[in-house]
Amino acid sequence: MADMKTAAYICKGCGIGERVDTARMAKVATKEGKMHLAREHDFLCSAAGVQTIQDDIDKEGVTHLVIAACSRRAKTEAFHFPGVALARANIREGVIWARPDTAEARETTQEMADDYLRMGCGEVKKMKLPGGNPDTGHAKRLLVVGGGISGLTAALEASKTGYQVVLVEKSAELGGWTAELYRRMPFREPYADPQHTGMAELIKEVASDANIKLITNAVIAKTDGAPGRFKVDISVESGPSLTEEVGAIIQATGFTTYDIARLPELGGGKSANVIDQAGLERLAKEAADKGQPIRRPSDGGEVKCVVFVQCAGQRDGSGRHLAYCSGFCCGASVKQAMYFKDANPAIDTVVIYDDLRLPGNGEDFYRSAQKKGVTFTKGKVASVEAKGDGCEVKFRDLILDEDAAIAAADLVVLATGQVPNSGVNIDIPEEEVAKMEVKPVSILNLAYRQGKDMPQLTHGFTDSHFICFPYETRRTGIYSAGPVRRPMDIAQAVEDATGATLKAIQAMENAELGRAAHPRSGDLSYPIVQLDGCTQCKRCTVECPFGAIDEDEKTYPVFNESRCRRCGTCMGACPVRVISFENYSCDTVGAQIKAVDMPDEFSEKPRILVLACENDAYPALDMAGMQKNCYSAFVRVIPVRCLGSVNTIWITDALNAGFDGIMMLGCKHGEDYQCHFVKGSELASVRMSKVDDTLKQLALEAERVISHEVAITDIARVPQLINDYAAKINEIGMSPLKGFA
Amino acid sequence: MGDLNQQMLDKYRNNFLREVEEKVDDGGWVKMCMQCGVCAGSCTFGPDWEHTPQKIFMMIRAGKREEVLGSHSMWLCTSCYNCMVRCPRELPITHIMHGLASYAHRLGLAPKNQPTRDFSLIFWENCTKTGRVNELRMTISVYFREGFMSGVKKMWTLRNIGRGLFFAKRLNPLELFVSHGCKDKDGLRRALKKADEIEARRRGYAVQPRGYSS
Repeated sequence: MADMKTAAYICKGCGIGERVDTARMAKVATKEGKMHLAREHDFLCSAAGVQTIQDDIDKEGVTHLVIAACSRRAKTEAFHFPGVALARANIREGVIWARPDTAEARETTQEMADDYLRMGCGEVKKMKLPGGNPDTGHAKRLLVVGGGISGLTAALEASKTGYQVVLVEKSAELGGWTAELYRRMPFREPYADPQHTGMAELIKEVASDANIKLITNAVIAKTDGAPGRFKVDISVESGPSLTEEVGAIIQATGFTTYDIARLPELGGGKSANVIDQAGLERLAKEAADKGQPIRRPSDGGEVKCVVFVQCAGQRDGSGRHLAYCSGFCCGASVKQAMYFKDANPAIDTVVIYDDLRLPGNGEDFYRSAQKKGVTFTKGKVASVEAKGDGCEVKFRDLILDEDAAIAAADLVVLATGQVPNSGVNIDIPEEEVAKMEVKPVSILNLAYRQGKDMPQLTHGFTDSHFICFPYETRRTGIYSAGPVRRPMDIAQAVEDATGATLKAIQAMENAELGRAAHPRSGDLSYPIVQLDGCTQCKRCTVECPFGAIDEDEKTYPVFNESRCRRCGTCMGACPVRVISFENYSCDTVGAQIKAVDMPDEFSEKPRILVLACENDAYPALDMAGMQKNCYSAFVRVIPVRCLGSVNTIWITDALNAGFDGIMMLGCKHGEDYQCHFVKGSELASVRMSKVDDTLKQLALEAERVISHEVAITDIARVPQLINDYAAKINEIGMSPLKGFA
Repeated sequence: MGDLNQQMLDKYRNNFLREVEEKVDDGGWVKMCMQCGVCAGSCTFGPDWEHTPQKIFMMIRAGKREEVLGSHSMWLCTSCYNCMVRCPRELPITHIMHGLASYAHRLGLAPKNQPTRDFSLIFWENCTKTGRVNELRMTISVYFREGFMSGVKKMWTLRNIGRGLFFAKRLNPLELFVSHGCKDKDGLRRALKKADEIEARRRGYAVQPRGYSS
């Protein structure tokens, strides 16, 4: 770039000036970093300091800045200069706060500061100002799939916020499971009695909302495009198909009840008097319509004793039934026991439970049921068998530790769980799908290379970043809400749908501006591919955790930038390094690696490269600095967007440059992953497992490249890991590759 | 007294929980137990109990009438109130335990030869007779509760303490023959009788004199 004008600013505030020689750093910037301009300032983030920089941009035409001051995570508002490329050298948290203030440490601390400045100078020259994704879409309508409580709530919330909605429901009627209920669990003070579902009113409200277009008896035939420009084909049972253009999608397809016929040991499917909770809701509704008490299904006899069996076919360790707890069923049984107790206190109602789970205000509801005389027995039901007019329930009393029985239960209600309606599990290979008796039916029919539906985490629930970003799925702009995401009750589904709606609106707005959605929300950079170098190896298309990359007929990657979350996993995957971001690429990191001043083999000063995930590991290091948890002066830390973006060329570059060890700090992966980009750290660990062979070929020790899973809270652990590794490197000795680069 | 038991059996048939709710002091709280086990874990007598409060409550709900009323557990309660202050559902557990013991005793279902129960009865008889506890007589009654020889043995073991008490003027052998009482003994008896009547009326019993039942 001919008109690149570079400048470095070195702050002396926060004690930097007393701990390191900033004049020497300014010299490093101009001599070694080849900066056109280098200035020191006593207090760079002050109005005067910021003005100095702004003046240089305005008058001197500076286009690329390096700020050597605090961490890139601090003072982001003060150091916000739109229109110029900016690199930050972390002298405060990363150097002076992470080093002891002693005379003997002074030399190595200074070297550390110099190196970070060199790295910043190297990086900034390779950076371009991100221009924003050109692949924008302008559709601001929201598609909601599913017309149950979650879907209706989502539609209504979006409409209230001023957005248009298309709501597609498979059946003829709106309302879903909630409409099937006689009453719902209380959701207001005093949480004592079952309440009306309010579904009829909600349906009326949605039906009369001018912003909401209702399409019933319809399914999604095809979904193509990206956030801001999804094209959705909707096939209607009787009538012409429709195509709608929408900006974002909420999948609120709910659940199916677990089939009680699969529980013959609990009398499921064997006796008319053994029903599931949905069955009891039907009985209660019918009875209420007739103005009569609930009768025994087998012969219409009087109900004197009802037994509720909790965890029926749930929390099952044998692998035959659902392994998980559906969470809503304890509350539902308490509510249903009240149907009987409120009508006639003389009816015996026994809830046999293993753990009664009524979180939050559910505790008040539980207490209310106890006051009403519902009996709660901690036990495990062994069998339910038809006997006389009713059933005999045999169970193990877990408090008294003995076998017990209820001889004459007129009605037995099995609390079965929720099975999510999440469509096709795209991780099951096609050969296995072919063997299945019942073929899974796709819900969204995505025209994505990676499969027709959203990826699932476990038990068929859609994958979302459970802890940090629960609404975000692995398909940008498509959100799952309600029991398709995790088992839940009505109150939780309403909250879930509201949250998902707001995220979907953000996604549409970001898509229009060409910016990323979470977690790099607002990021204007996007992956750029040089197709002439591409070898069609498909690694990027296969590994993208968000299904952002399709393939054309020649198997070249086709990037859908609006679907991209900017993690750089494709960049890390690319063996020929043709994928890059304007401000983050193989070159920007490579330049930092090469900029480090490498002491020779006999200096007793090893150099360790730390590639730290910017989401957890880097903040942990910053906080370690704030806590003055010191660590070795031999490390040089480079933040990366995700370990998934680490390209093996950086490892090669670092080893060639003479680094003695490379340490990668990323997030936890596996089923309870913490990775902000879901698969990044997992993919990195797979890639790095192959590095060992390369190291052996180079006659290097396998310990030269290591990785650790760290959390943001590991403020004491991360410095310890670094120090331990530095000691290890000291033990195995300096790299033999020094001095060749 | 067996009549009262039969009467209650007839009245409540197999709904023991309702019987407890209506007849036992603070029995209405039993249904509010959530079986967390904090009482069982807090009890100073923990491992020595036949049934912890948690189990007693569960047995009541399971209708185990004879087992509950015949249990030794309630009689072992030292009234330390640990369970009661810790109960997250704020059940007056100590009171319920005493209520159950008292009810079991009234029905004649309490365990025989239970030391705490025997002591209570001896104490009651001793103190209601004159309105004051005659310590010497009471001690002797307790010592000889299990027979003459065991009484002699116990007295022999504690002879030095007895001597010490005598010289400290804390023990007057004459009390064995003449016990001094309160002023209005008849008034006291009338008050106790009245209290019995009130309680019986409230609980719906036929008026029965208190005392050793079998």
